[in-house]
Amino acid sequence: MAIDARPPPMQLVAKLRRVLGGRSGWKGLIAQVLFVAALFWIGYEIFDNARDNLANQRIASGFGFMSHTAGFGVSQTLIPYQESDSYTRVFLVGLVNTLLVSVVGIFFATVIGFAVALARLSPNWLISRIGGGYVEIVRNLPLLFQILFWYLAVLGALPSPRQSVSVMDSFFLSNRGIVVPRLVGEAGLDGFLVALLIAVAVAIGLPLFARRRLFATGKPMRVWPWVVGLLIGLPLIAFLIFGKPFSLEVPVLRGFNFAGGARLAPEFAALTLALSTYTAAFIAEVVRAGILSVHKGQMEAGASLGLSRGQTLRLIVIPQALRVILPPLTNQYLNLTKNSSLAVAIGYPDLFSVFAGTTLSQTGQAIEVIAITMGVYLLISLVTSALMSLYAWRINRSMGA
Amino acid sequence: MKRVSLVAALAAAAVFSVSPAGAQTLKTVKDRGMLSCGVSQGLPGFSAPDDKGNWTGLDVDVCRAIAAAVFDDASKVKFVPLSAKDRFTALQSGEIDVLSRNTTWTLSRDTSLGVNFAGISYFDGQGFMAKKALKVNSALELNGASICVQTGTTNEQNVADYFKGNNMKYEVIAFANADEAVKAYESGRCDVFTSDVSQLYAQRLKLATPADHIVLPEVISKEPLGPLVRHGDDQWFDIVKWTLFAMINAEELGVTQKNVDEMAKSDKPELKRVFGTDGNLGEQLGLTKDWVSRIVKATGNYGESFERNVGTGSKLEIARGLNKLWNKGGIMYAPPIR
Repeated sequence: MAIDARPPPMQLVAKLRRVLGGRSGWKGLIAQVLFVAALFWIGYEIFDNARDNLANQRIASGFGFMSHTAGFGVSQTLIPYQESDSYTRVFLVGLVNTLLVSVVGIFFATVIGFAVALARLSPNWLISRIGGGYVEIVRNLPLLFQILFWYLAVLGALPSPRQSVSVMDSFFLSNRGIVVPRLVGEAGLDGFLVALLIAVAVAIGLPLFARRRLFATGKPMRVWPWVVGLLIGLPLIAFLIFGKPFSLEVPVLRGFNFAGGARLAPEFAALTLALSTYTAAFIAEVVRAGILSVHKGQMEAGASLGLSRGQTLRLIVIPQALRVILPPLTNQYLNLTKNSSLAVAIGYPDLFSVFAGTTLSQTGQAIEVIAITMGVYLLISLVTSALMSLYAWRINRSMGA
Repeated sequence: MKRVSLVAALAAAAVFSVSPAGAQTLKTVKDRGMLSCGVSQGLPGFSAPDDKGNWTGLDVDVCRAIAAAVFDDASKVKFVPLSAKDRFTALQSGEIDVLSRNTTWTLSRDTSLGVNFAGISYFDGQGFMAKKALKVNSALELNGASICVQTGTTNEQNVADYFKGNNMKYEVIAFANADEAVKAYESGRCDVFTSDVSQLYAQRLKLATPADHIVLPEVISKEPLGPLVRHGDDQWFDIVKWTLFAMINAEELGVTQKNVDEMAKSDKPELKRVFGTDGNLGEQLGLTKDWVSRIVKATGNYGESFERNVGTGSKLEIARGLNKLWNKGGIMYAPPIR
């Protein structure tokens, strides 16, 4: 049997010609190069002209301001910050606050969204109407209105710190937020944390083990008593061996505010509540559409196998629905992240507020600040999309689609 | 989304304009037939629309005076309400010709924003407003307080300096608009609201029960407020500057809205120069000879405008204090028109 000679590997130059020039060969390639050069030239002209004009108008330009002292206070920071820090620090503080409210908001929006969608699909008349009513009311009111509603009408109506609602004199609810006792580490903290870590690791590993055993032997295994026992038992043993892991720092009303303790600010609470309930209404519709897209026969098949409605949903319908749900769900996550910039209305120090707001007006370098801010939102959105795509790819792979 | 469109306009102006923008503001204003003036979003006494939609206030009078000097018609002004953080971008991008919006003159603003301050129309300082029920008598008792403030102001930094300097703790909640900050203060989110003292009096009028709130005696900063223009157009800079000076000089010379026509006929050499019956000082500015009488006819002199808008003739009833003329015990002073 004659073996065909392998075609010689294409030369690099020829490859380049084909990739760039297409069918028109070298001529096409030249056109492409000229086009790219023209783009670069226009870009450079825009940049250069902008720089010259800013200099002519004596408007400061460049990114040197990022290392200047900010000199203003920020009410809520996750990372250490003081007035003498630089604008770069302000940027990071704002970024972390934006990420915090986005992540927490996305979590609650997803949970509420799924719950409302399932409620809407429920065979129970009342529950399904409540789900429907929620969606129609919440998604049809402007988000800014809802943020202000939560902030001014709900949280703002709480009593002042001096008349705060307290539980056991250690939890306080007032218009300055919720103040709770804070945990302060003591001698036994290290041992306690190690024990907790082991418990959590095992608690995550155990269901995987149970699943493999189920596939291998067909015997289901009840996991949750083990998990609960481990999560409570191991740290308890560590406590008995190493001593007290931490003590409670109880907040005390001193002067205007509470001293000590940890605090959940009303700005953060209002923004998270508004963003998650609002986005949840959209997510509910996305999830409902996804579940309805799965053929009715799947539900009936589950029922005829003797699975409960919950089991059928969890094991059969939702995994199939996820393929439909994920792309629009990603949209909702991106919307939530971008909508978090409405924080500026209620004084939550997110990126848009402290950086594109205060920093911009103090330095006056609008073009640089807005460019950085746009870049960051773009980056956050792209990373979110990428993570969701990865998840979608995994689901598709596991379903053999 | 005003902010984004402003920045887009600024970027477009920076990117595409070939000649330095705004070198011909007077011509632009004349061609347009309208002065575009940046003001606040509603600060009684300084710039606020009344129930008929007419803008009034001390800052508004500066805009009207400029329009009167240019067009001999004080109504040819388009007022553009701006938040504190959007105001400079609006001026830089050319959306407004002059910003007259209780803006504090500082070195960094003068140098890095591409603007020029054209003088001081109100000597102010920053203070605090608190609820009477809190029983606070001094700003030094505010350790640990929550403070509402408008973002993009010098107030934000002054608070930080003051509390740090006095070793006090504080929590600052910064809002995009003054109204939002006042609303949060009123709802009890903050213990005190801080701003320039004149603004405190103005904002207090908007509260449900103004009498329940007091302005603390401490003034923690210097806030010289005045109109500003874009850098790079000296002629326009001069016009705005001397319009304000003309109002102040008119008060010093005793020229009022009522007696302006009479005074214009005076034989006094000083008044003849001012009213253009002798020399051409107005024309040197690029205006007309009768520019001062146009201004005073439209808005009155500085003292009249002050009393009408923020002083005894208004609801604010702010004492003139520092803003009295230099020869009456204050520091309000304008270079001579000669």
